[in-house]
Amino acid sequence: MSSLISFTILGLFTGAAYAIAASGLVLTYTTTRVFNIAHGAFGMVMAFVFWDFSQRQGLNLFLSLFLVLGVIAPAIGWGIQRFVTKGLGEGPVSVALVVTVGLFVGLIGLAQQVWPPEPRTVPPFMASSGVQLGDTYVTAHQIITIVISIGVALALYVLLNRTRIGTAMRASVDNPELLRLFGGKPDTVAALSWAIGISLAALGGILLSSVIGLSYYDLTLLVINAYAAAMLGRLKSLPLTFVGAMGLGILQSFAVAYLPSDGFLAGTRAVVPALFLFVVIVLMPQAQLRIGQVKGIVSAPLPSITKSVGWGGALLVLVALLVGGGMSTANLLLVGTAATYAMVMLSLVLLTGYGGHVSLAQLTFAGVGALAYAKLEQPNLAGLFLAAAIAAGVGALVALPVLRLTGLYLALSTLAFGVLMDKMIFQAEFAFGFNGTLQAGRLSVLGNAIESTGGYVLVMTLFLVLMGIALLLLRRGPLGRVLIAMRDSPAACGTLGLDMRWFRVGLFGLSAGMAGLAGALFAGLRGTIGAADFQFFNSLPLLLLAVVFGVTSVTGATLGGVGLMLLPVMQSNNPGIAGLIFAILGFGAVALGRDPNGLANLMFGLGRRIQAVVLPQLRDKLPVLPGSRADAPDDGEDAGLDDLLPETPDATGKVPAHA
Amino acid sequence: MPDHSLQHVAGADVPLLEVDHVVVQFGGVTAVNEATFVAEAGTVTGLIGPNGAGKTTCFNVISGLQKPTRGKVRFRGRNVTGAPVHRRSKRGMGRTFQRLEAFGSLSVRDNVRVAYDIHRGLAGLVKPGAKDIDALLERVGISAYADERADSIPTGTARLLELARCLAGDPKLLLLDEPSSGLDETETDDFGDLLRDLAAEGRGILMVEHDMDLVMGVCDTIHVLDFGSIIASGTPGDIRRDPAVQRAYLGYSDDVPEHELVGARAGVGAGAVEETRTDLVPVGAASDATTVIPAVGATTPEDVR
Repeated sequence: MSSLISFTILGLFTGAAYAIAASGLVLTYTTTRVFNIAHGAFGMVMAFVFWDFSQRQGLNLFLSLFLVLGVIAPAIGWGIQRFVTKGLGEGPVSVALVVTVGLFVGLIGLAQQVWPPEPRTVPPFMASSGVQLGDTYVTAHQIITIVISIGVALALYVLLNRTRIGTAMRASVDNPELLRLFGGKPDTVAALSWAIGISLAALGGILLSSVIGLSYYDLTLLVINAYAAAMLGRLKSLPLTFVGAMGLGILQSFAVAYLPSDGFLAGTRAVVPALFLFVVIVLMPQAQLRIGQVKGIVSAPLPSITKSVGWGGALLVLVALLVGGGMSTANLLLVGTAATYAMVMLSLVLLTGYGGHVSLAQLTFAGVGALAYAKLEQPNLAGLFLAAAIAAGVGALVALPVLRLTGLYLALSTLAFGVLMDKMIFQAEFAFGFNGTLQAGRLSVLGNAIESTGGYVLVMTLFLVLMGIALLLLRRGPLGRVLIAMRDSPAACGTLGLDMRWFRVGLFGLSAGMAGLAGALFAGLRGTIGAADFQFFNSLPLLLLAVVFGVTSVTGATLGGVGLMLLPVMQSNNPGIAGLIFAILGFGAVALGRDPNGLANLMFGLGRRIQAVVLPQLRDKLPVLPGSRADAPDDGEDAGLDDLLPETPDATGKVPAHA
Repeated sequence: MPDHSLQHVAGADVPLLEVDHVVVQFGGVTAVNEATFVAEAGTVTGLIGPNGAGKTTCFNVISGLQKPTRGKVRFRGRNVTGAPVHRRSKRGMGRTFQRLEAFGSLSVRDNVRVAYDIHRGLAGLVKPGAKDIDALLERVGISAYADERADSIPTGTARLLELARCLAGDPKLLLLDEPSSGLDETETDDFGDLLRDLAAEGRGILMVEHDMDLVMGVCDTIHVLDFGSIIASGTPGDIRRDPAVQRAYLGYSDDVPEHELVGARAGVGAGAVEETRTDLVPVGAASDATTVIPAVGATTPEDVR
């Protein structure tokens, strides 16, 4: 019996810490409609700052606490709302998600840069004190945490129900514009709730850091626990959030206590929050369609099919030259990796760029494809496509529980799915095994095995090109138009008779299938693959690079693939600034995330301008030979410029409507 | 083409649309209070009332974007209260929006093309004839804008585009939310003619509209909504003469333009509004003064969903 009590108290303690963090998340989400994926990352960084003050610099404990919770965290929250997330709540969910994922990755990079990995400990509060409760010893830290969580609950209740600013906060939940009309200050309210929210994240992080350690990832992923709890209150109700957090804490504690420590069920111990989240999401009521959203997003121009084929041919020729030029196997593998990432990013172009949905676990779907390919042991086209189909099925399964809900929940469930696969499935015996690997054969096409790495990389590039062209064809067809329409106005699509729920499941499945195909090809390229190749966390830089380079265009995805391949190369070449590279990527995405057309679109625009200015002059000088095509790759100087332009010449700079 | 199939489905004496004691509450506020009215096939029905009377909320309930707290919506004789938006659409309901919901990043023509794509489903992979699309654009009078991006066209045009988009699905019932705002006088006249044509094809049209000339000119029946309740129903002539309607909505003269009315109403302050409210003839009495609201429900066999 005593163990039951002690595990309950342990559960209440972690639950209390989750509750504190989760209430901050709910506060920021309800007042600004921005779901802060980086909530846990802020808690993590603040825990490091607290460690820095109290341990490294040896400041007084209470002074350190005051500085972190009362000064730095609120100031950061205020600043983030003022300069980063302001106005995001009214825009598409995908943009807000990408920006906060950028913060997430950036903060982890920042923490690694400022506090390089080394063992650090945060002593619990009043480490030597505790209370003997029967057979159970309750530490003072646990009691303090539980008491603080009750204090936070009371303080929030008083703030929201008994103060003017709290009333304004509740008003801005419903309608910030109306609040403004009545003389309220929605901006102040928003900044204040972010200040409080980040402070609560910091408090949660600090209270837990003495138990789970100062880890970049573990503390950051607390956001999953926090939002699993918050989801019980539908991201609105603070009391239900507290109930959810306590329940989750106890559930987790019992899982550790009573589930077997080996075998398949052992894996579930680490994923209790993710499972909890799925259950809550499945039980959530149908979401109503929102009307009056922002629409008319300007997308990257769509290239003509001839142009795309020309470009794809050029890419193939380039890779063929690299292969023929005697590139080292190591570098060839990197080219193949870039092609893999580019294909995964193409799946994001479909899902995010065209469809407006965000997946935070796209690399996990690639992992599913790779796993299926290795397990099937059919290294031929049939095996390849079957593996892709399995990944597609898994993708559809992930989207299925959130069938009735909005895009935010779909994204959150992919995050939970990624963690689940990482910790439970990929490392299980029937999959890659714990720290294990699987062998995968090189693909053979029509009975001809492609054994040479160069040839295989060429085949992968061919797949990339074909996938890109297929995507563009799809985009031009009815499906593509419906996707754009759905992004512009879901309500109108519904009233026109589109069943968006199943459409979304299909879209998600197709996208996961594309990523799965990439993963399967990658497995063949490497020959040996393991869970580490498809770590969930790497899906986030993937998403960010896709957005930075342009998640609305095939060109952006191709460039992004190269970028993601280069990221670890750059990091291993410059280990001193490995964290900084991450930070730059993350915060760069924060800066660029509002325009999902990314750098690729800037390039297109530049190309258009060059064409408008330079081409007429060149055309005057060069006589055009009859029969020569302007976009043929070997057509001299002006053709090279023309090739830069995947869109039909439109010198006026006017945004073309989607054709 | 007029579609007579619904008579076979539901019987000739069942109204196209029946809103039956619908109540919508947002927290403590009752936006729609026991609203009961019908819209018949082949007619234009007006739903009028001051700002905030609950007209758009009614539309949201009918089209499925808002779940009613209580009450039922029957469409073509079948209870659709719990049916999702797209299923109502498939059954023949089309709607436009007060706050525009055009597909802003598509061209005007593609907006209509998408509607065809959705309507025809997989069969639509066989390209819908460009002729159909252009004919629709021509019909609502926006051909000149066919290649413009939908977020760059004037508001009035965008409303007509939304109508064209609905028509691609050949709906039996059209819900039009302030369709004429943004149109000039000539355009409004043409629009009125179009509405009559559409009704003559056998479609039912339910329209929220503030342009009283248009409402009085085209509607066969008008329902007046105030503070979420239907206070009067009848022909334009009945409504014009109804004292309760004059007090609650039209002010003291129906020559006063709508925006001035709104201003006047907002200006009188809470006390004066209260006074107006107490002066109102009870709903039942108001109904007696005009056409009696058909007793739906009593005559309708309740379909199981």
